[in-house]
Amino acid sequence: MDLTLLMYLIPSLIMFGCGVYGFVTRKNMIAILISLELMLNSVDINFVVFNRYLFPAQHEGMFFTLFAIAIAAAETAVAIAIIINVYRLAKNVDINQITKMKF
Amino acid sequence: MDYSQFLMMPQEIGLLVVFLLVFLYDTFMPSKTLKGLPLFTTIVFGIFTIFSFCPVHVQDGMAFGEMFESNKATWVMKNILNIGMFIVLLQSIKWANSDFVAIRRGEFYELMLLTLFGMYLMISGRHFLVFVIGLETASLPLATLVAFEKKYYESHEAAAKYVLTAVFSSAIMLMGLSFVYGLTGTLYFNDIATMVVGDKSLLLIVALAFLIAGVGYKLSLVPFHLWTADVYQGAPTMVTSYLSVISKGSAAFAFFVILVQVFGAAYAPIWEWMLYAIIIITITVGNLFAIRQRNLKRFLAFSSISQAGYIMLGVIAANPVGMASMMYYILVYIFSNLAAFGVIAVIERKTGKVTTDDYNGLFKTNPWLAFVMMLAMFSLGGIPPFAGFFSKFFIFLGAAQTGNVAIYVLVLIALINTIISLYYYLLVVKAMFIRQDECAIPTFKSHWTERAGLIICALGIILIGLVSCIYTSLSDITTSLTNMFSMI
Repeated sequence: MDLTLLMYLIPSLIMFGCGVYGFVTRKNMIAILISLELMLNSVDINFVVFNRYLFPAQHEGMFFTLFAIAIAAAETAVAIAIIINVYRLAKNVDINQITKMKF
Repeated sequence: MDYSQFLMMPQEIGLLVVFLLVFLYDTFMPSKTLKGLPLFTTIVFGIFTIFSFCPVHVQDGMAFGEMFESNKATWVMKNILNIGMFIVLLQSIKWANSDFVAIRRGEFYELMLLTLFGMYLMISGRHFLVFVIGLETASLPLATLVAFEKKYYESHEAAAKYVLTAVFSSAIMLMGLSFVYGLTGTLYFNDIATMVVGDKSLLLIVALAFLIAGVGYKLSLVPFHLWTADVYQGAPTMVTSYLSVISKGSAAFAFFVILVQVFGAAYAPIWEWMLYAIIIITITVGNLFAIRQRNLKRFLAFSSISQAGYIMLGVIAANPVGMASMMYYILVYIFSNLAAFGVIAVIERKTGKVTTDDYNGLFKTNPWLAFVMMLAMFSLGGIPPFAGFFSKFFIFLGAAQTGNVAIYVLVLIALINTIISLYYYLLVVKAMFIRQDECAIPTFKSHWTERAGLIICALGIILIGLVSCIYTSLSDITTSLTNMFSMI
């Protein structure tokens, strides 16, 4: 059986949807960060698959993916550092407790 | 590789030199001399600002396989950002040497300069890879800067909110980019522009919606604005002023280039109406929420949301007048907002007070601070002799020049909102000049650097509107950009 473009795109879109759902519903900041990673990875899959199936002559999508992975890693590092700092000061990473500033 | 193309990016190289000098000073100088680091950074950056104003260095053209463009408009925009950055650095000297911050002042200046470099890339990048790298370079160090007040819980709460929403929005924007790539097979601005001509597919609509959401987050347009007030309140005031003017200004320019140059062919069928709705709710919601704020930093956050809506009027105009007036608006906005934040920062550093009620009777005790604050509020509200009136006038003119009836209605709504905004801007002026208070903020003397920053801002507010050659030269530059408007 040959794998078609859609067989990659549909799981990637499901991943993206799961990421958005997790971002909205999760209460733990680490879990929110994992959801964000899910979204970023689905973007990477999209780029690679479009490149491989639709435009195999150039490798622009592949290169973009490499950079996107590096950017995602940097984002995670910064976010984890900030979450650790919040934990030190509030002894908590539950977003329901981190509501000192509102409206 | 042709090394002469590095000559196309004199401002980027100059900024990197400034960064390296600051870094070397911070690393190798004896710790006794580190107290001079803020002043050193400001002076070096000031020299760089003046140097980059020399038009001798401007070369029109593309570099690095057409990924990087240098022309008069990008040059002017970078200079405008430089002016704002210089004022922020000048005002932050005293704060950076205060007790809690002193040990980390080196990082503060290095990260600030790096974010500015990212914004340069956003402005000049003509390939989405360069643009995304610039956007992330501009937004990730800012998250650490928001968390800079290590002892204060609010600072970290703000940073957590900022970084999580920033990554969320950039993930959505990257998703939109992947759709654009799937449609056109390229990420070069010029190639995409020719590929999307006549395309009205659903995928392009979704891709543009995602892109507008991603960049709209940086600009804090209304459906994507919820982070703004919390982050502005929690961040150190210097970082807040940086976020509200420099970060927003560069994102607005990049937004203009993406929408007009790249997706200009999709203007009438797709993004004009998206932006139309966004502008109306941005201006209105920003104004209505600003009325009920008592904390001045939150108040200016909502005011900056509605100002972002006015800036977007220049984008929806999508003509040379719109572009020139947008850049002019950003210049004026830099002076007015930095004046307001400068006064807030001085008073917060001396007394720790940031609410409107604390400003009661300020004119009696600190007349000059109250005067500068009044100038800033008048300019933000758009009262005639000051620069804010002229910038609003030109941006309405640019939008009205499209001749589209729907956009006339939009300009009318924006005008009505200007009147609403006068109410809350004048509330601050009323508190300072008319209300009396027994326990008003006592008379104090601010540091000379803070005073210098406020004087520059006040001169800018008064003079920029009256010196008519500034707008004329901006308009000359934008009318000469043939590539930019060819797709509209």
